Amino acid sequence: MIKLITIAGPPSSGKTSVIIKMIESIPELKASCGVIKFDCLSSLDEEQYTKNGITAKTGLAGNLCPDHYFISNIEECFQWAILNKFTILITESAGLCNRCAPHLKDVTAVCVLDNLSGINTPVKTGPMLKLADIVVVTKSDLVSQAEREVFRFKIQQVNPRCTVLFINGITGQGADKIASRALKSRTIDSTNNLKLRFSMPAALCSYCLGETRVGEDFQVGLNRKIKL
Amino acid sequence: METNKLLNEPLCGLIEEKPIFSDFFTSFNIDTRNEQKSFLELMDTLPFDYWEENGISHHEMIEMFVDYVKGMSSADEIVKIESLEILAGVDKNGKSELCNLFLQPSEITCIVGPTGAGKSRLLADIEWLANADTPTKRKVLINGKLSDEDTVNQFGGKLIAQITQNMNFVLDMDVHSFLMLHAQSRFLENAGQKVDEVIELANELSGECFDPQTPVTFLSGGQSRALMIADVACIGQAPIVLIDEIENAGVDKKKALQLLVNKDKIVLMATHDPLLILLADRRVIIKNGGMNKIVTTNEKEKAFYLKLEQLDNTMQAARNFLRLGNELTTTNELI
Repeated sequence: MIKLITIAGPPSSGKTSVIIKMIESIPELKASCGVIKFDCLSSLDEEQYTKNGITAKTGLAGNLCPDHYFISNIEECFQWAILNKFTILITESAGLCNRCAPHLKDVTAVCVLDNLSGINTPVKTGPMLKLADIVVVTKSDLVSQAEREVFRFKIQQVNPRCTVLFINGITGQGADKIASRALKSRTIDSTNNLKLRFSMPAALCSYCLGETRVGEDFQVGLNRKIKL
Repeated sequence: METNKLLNEPLCGLIEEKPIFSDFFTSFNIDTRNEQKSFLELMDTLPFDYWEENGISHHEMIEMFVDYVKGMSSADEIVKIESLEILAGVDKNGKSELCNLFLQPSEITCIVGPTGAGKSRLLADIEWLANADTPTKRKVLINGKLSDEDTVNQFGGKLIAQITQNMNFVLDMDVHSFLMLHAQSRFLENAGQKVDEVIELANELSGECFDPQTPVTFLSGGQSRALMIADVACIGQAPIVLIDEIENAGVDKKKALQLLVNKDKIVLMATHDPLLILLADRRVIIKNGGMNKIVTTNEKEKAFYLKLEQLDNTMQAARNFLRLGNELTTTNELI
């Protein structure tokens, strides 16, 4: 029986810090919790987790789409968590193109956004934010109260149902709130019946297969032309 | 707004009435500017591809829109707080705290104690209406009642506005447009008027005037702080304002506090400045993570405040005197 939590957010929004602070805010969590970081080409986060005494693994998608890589490996991650007798499994992934989201139905979904990233970030972020249960806002200690309130408002415009939490990734202020939410997540005993909240794109064109040349002659498969 | 009207009114009219709704449509790539169809009619015309691309169904979209409008109008509700009481829990060693803290609008309370004493924890407990579910085991009563899930959802995370020394404006917008955006997000009816009021008050607080067309990032430290305080007082949603270690950043602090008090805010101040401590109605002393004592500012202290104020004025006068290039000829000409 494991509580699975998917955490997504743009690069450098503070996902790793939030996860570390969240785990540290409840002493007994460290031993019972595993983290898997999904990234594209390289990641130094595993080291950062280990330094903080948290068990973590990295999955690098390489030349595959990181979201597809995530969803085709979630079962293995789950097995890893069972093997290690963890009761909580956290997956961390950077939504790189904002098109997809790793969020699964009936699994606690978190999106991390950075308050410094501009007022229209929530509108631009897509399903990763739209379909999250909890939206964490980081770095808000650096901006004015008014900007915080407007940012929260913009988030709720895109996702009216979510809980918005302001967390300081450096001091950990607010992190216990997300930890207590995480502990209330539903437990699942296998990945068998899991479903994505949002389908992944039908990206099957010649460029997916390694084509590098530009020009109509080389575009095979599903393509779409810009309307100008 | 009732659901029926919402779903059946032509979209262009709906947006004209509530411009803020357009963000919902923008996020779903729908252009509402000249849309004569209603929300429901429009849904029917969207092609299969559209639904597939956005990963949402017809039904879910309607539900989401109704939720959205509900969420927006609840943001509109006025958070009215008559009193807030923090009932004693335990300190870092698990020992019982020695006092409760009672807060009500128009009062100024200082939180004092060394760095790391547990000030942030106290604020976090208030912010999320603790109910013996945080490490301190404190309970927070709002209007005399313990909070349930509904009140936490309604108020949670929206109770405290913070103004600290290391906050800055980061948006690339001018003062007027930015304040308008904030006022609109609060659904204030007379937004324009409120915005003018905020700018006027901010100019009064900082002393160095700025223009409504100045980009917010161009404001000086003092102007920024003044604008933040005026905005929190007039536009902000939070009933409690925390002022954290604000130094002499060119803001008239006494006036600023008066403004917040006049707007019925509960004012909390975290400070080491004796002038501010004595200006408050009372102070709560935090020791080892626990509320240790509450001291009401007594008459002697109020009298002493006047002396301190004189000293402070002397400091200010000396500062101005020296930085303008003057030279002292006697030792007491500034006192």
